[in-house]
Amino acid sequence: MLKNIKIKGLLAGLVGATIAFSGATAAESTAKHPERHHYESAGIFGKFDIPSIQRGLQVYREVCSACHSLNLVAFRTLGDIGYNEDEIKAIAAEYDIDTIDETGEVTSRPGIPADYFPSPYANEQAARASNNGALPPDFSTIVKAREHLSFMPWSSVYGEDYVIALMTGYHDEPPAGFDLLEGLFYNDAFEGNQIAMTPPLSDGIIEYADGTETTVEQMSYDVANFLAWVSDPTMQARKEMGLKVMLFMFVFVVLLYFTNKRVWKKVKKGEDIDPSEV
Amino acid sequence: MASENKFEPTNPTLKWIEDRLPLMGLIYNSIGGGYNVPRNLNYWWNFGVLAGFMMVVQIVTGIILAMHYIPNIDLAFDSVQHIKRDVNYGWLLQAIHANGASMFFIVVYVHILRGFYFGSYKAPREILWFLGIIIYLIMMATGFMGYVLPWGQMSFWGAKVITNLFSVFDFIPFIGDGIVNWLWGGFSVGQPTLNRFFSLHYLLPFVLVGVVILHVWALHIPGSTNPLGIDAKGKHDKIPFHPYYTAKDAFGLGVFIIFFAAFVFYIPDFLGHPDNYIKANPLVTPTHIVPEWYYLPFYAILRAIDNKLIGVLAMFSSILIMFAMPWLDGARVRSMRFRPLSRFFFWLFVANGIFLGYLGQRAPDDILWFGLVATSYAQMATFFYFAYFLIIMPLVSRMETTKPVPTSIAAAVLEANKKG
Repeated sequence: MLKNIKIKGLLAGLVGATIAFSGATAAESTAKHPERHHYESAGIFGKFDIPSIQRGLQVYREVCSACHSLNLVAFRTLGDIGYNEDEIKAIAAEYDIDTIDETGEVTSRPGIPADYFPSPYANEQAARASNNGALPPDFSTIVKAREHLSFMPWSSVYGEDYVIALMTGYHDEPPAGFDLLEGLFYNDAFEGNQIAMTPPLSDGIIEYADGTETTVEQMSYDVANFLAWVSDPTMQARKEMGLKVMLFMFVFVVLLYFTNKRVWKKVKKGEDIDPSEV
Repeated sequence: MASENKFEPTNPTLKWIEDRLPLMGLIYNSIGGGYNVPRNLNYWWNFGVLAGFMMVVQIVTGIILAMHYIPNIDLAFDSVQHIKRDVNYGWLLQAIHANGASMFFIVVYVHILRGFYFGSYKAPREILWFLGIIIYLIMMATGFMGYVLPWGQMSFWGAKVITNLFSVFDFIPFIGDGIVNWLWGGFSVGQPTLNRFFSLHYLLPFVLVGVVILHVWALHIPGSTNPLGIDAKGKHDKIPFHPYYTAKDAFGLGVFIIFFAAFVFYIPDFLGHPDNYIKANPLVTPTHIVPEWYYLPFYAILRAIDNKLIGVLAMFSSILIMFAMPWLDGARVRSMRFRPLSRFFFWLFVANGIFLGYLGQRAPDDILWFGLVATSYAQMATFFYFAYFLIIMPLVSRMETTKPVPTSIAAAVLEANKKG
């Protein structure tokens, strides 16, 4: 009977969950479902792909940062993606940080590791004024904000995949009959298919420090890896601890199982019961 | 059930303390060798302990998170990111707390449905059942306010939708008009709203602890039910909580922690909404505003009804109706093991609840199957939800021919053992 209940409960749960989440993210979207790519950060043993993240940082600094802020990322955290102290100081010093001098005048100074990436615009109005009314979103949590996970892996949208799909989803000409608004661009990964962002990448637009070829696909992949790290900088620490916790818990649960079995041995079978008293 | 085993410390210091404040005896008689429990409890009875565990986890992680969180509309979102990025193990605490809310609801839903199935709400456990419903209501309020605190898009708009529900009470003289503004502390969801939600989100868990203590107290008067639903009578029907159920609960807890940890370490954002990674913006409404998964069935009931006032009342009634269950169910036999027809409808009710949850996260005008929109299905499912309590339960429980019930728990154990 107990087995019966368990199986029924399990079935009800599984069937319910399957129905409940199958269409969760597929709701009439005009955006093309992003293609799945492989990342070293994926899976339970996932690690940050440092060379790719470093290239992605270069793409961000030389291309994206013209419009997109990274408000929550401090230069000091670049240590997590393989830069040493001197390199971090050098990167930080390339930025001008607003400050107030001793006479109270607004001025600027070179950045230090404790500073955060400065915004490209003074405020939201300035950002909108320069971008045809659209506001380029901050990138600090962008990959997580575009990630729609579902019980059905095939209907899940991973943030990195979305970034790549968006970067490579531009078309010079919209499909016949599509009414593209003035100043917008056709992009099949974007909801509504028209986006205010000028196609940001083109082959060879920058030159990678490590000599990797700068195709649009390569730069998209690298910047996706970089932004994934930005959104979830503790991913690797989390998965490493998770592995230890899981290994410990599996062993511990086996011990608990046998402890329980042994404690219950006599009682389970009713050997402690005197049948004449029942 | 009075305990036969009394706690008598042999250590003179402990005895001195125990004579003056019998705290150790209280614990011994609550979850130790002094609490005698039916010997046939199955794993569904683990979920009460699991719920207690989750309550402690949420309070402990919550207190530490509150040390770093800033309840200010300009800083709240960033302070949560600060916790995840800069605070030592802040990412772990935040993930445990955010997923812990879901885990708490999962175990409580199982715990409640365990009560449905095995008739735990029936005499003499009505007050125990009422306290459980009150716990659930406090959990819902706490969970809702907690979800607002990170001040993401879904936090803000969820708060707006749910608080706006109270505008249906505007027909009440004097207080009705301003009720929503009073809840907000202003003319929209803003700084006063966030501040009071933080305050209440910190307060309510301790109210919860108080009600849980009453719940456990009320449990110890008649003692636990059991899968057979018959009263434990003979001396062989019961065994002490410790070591039997401490061992069993420890194993169950271990399995549950693995489940919990899988979310925390590998898919910490699976149960959340991606829009909550976007800072709240009162000027941009998300395409679909959906509450957390654990409210979805009730959200579906709310939206199923065209009239806003009736919808809100239906939503609240869908939970409050559980208070009437001890009388709606007129069966003499508690456990659905011996009530096959009730059991059949119980599983339909569970499936219907999951279906309502599915409908709750669809847009109301989504066309689903046979050309019908989500709202139409939600209306059918809402009808079944209430019909289960108001038609099926009263009739089936009184008319169903039940299967023969064992004479005692011990007899059933011996019988089962004979069969192997």
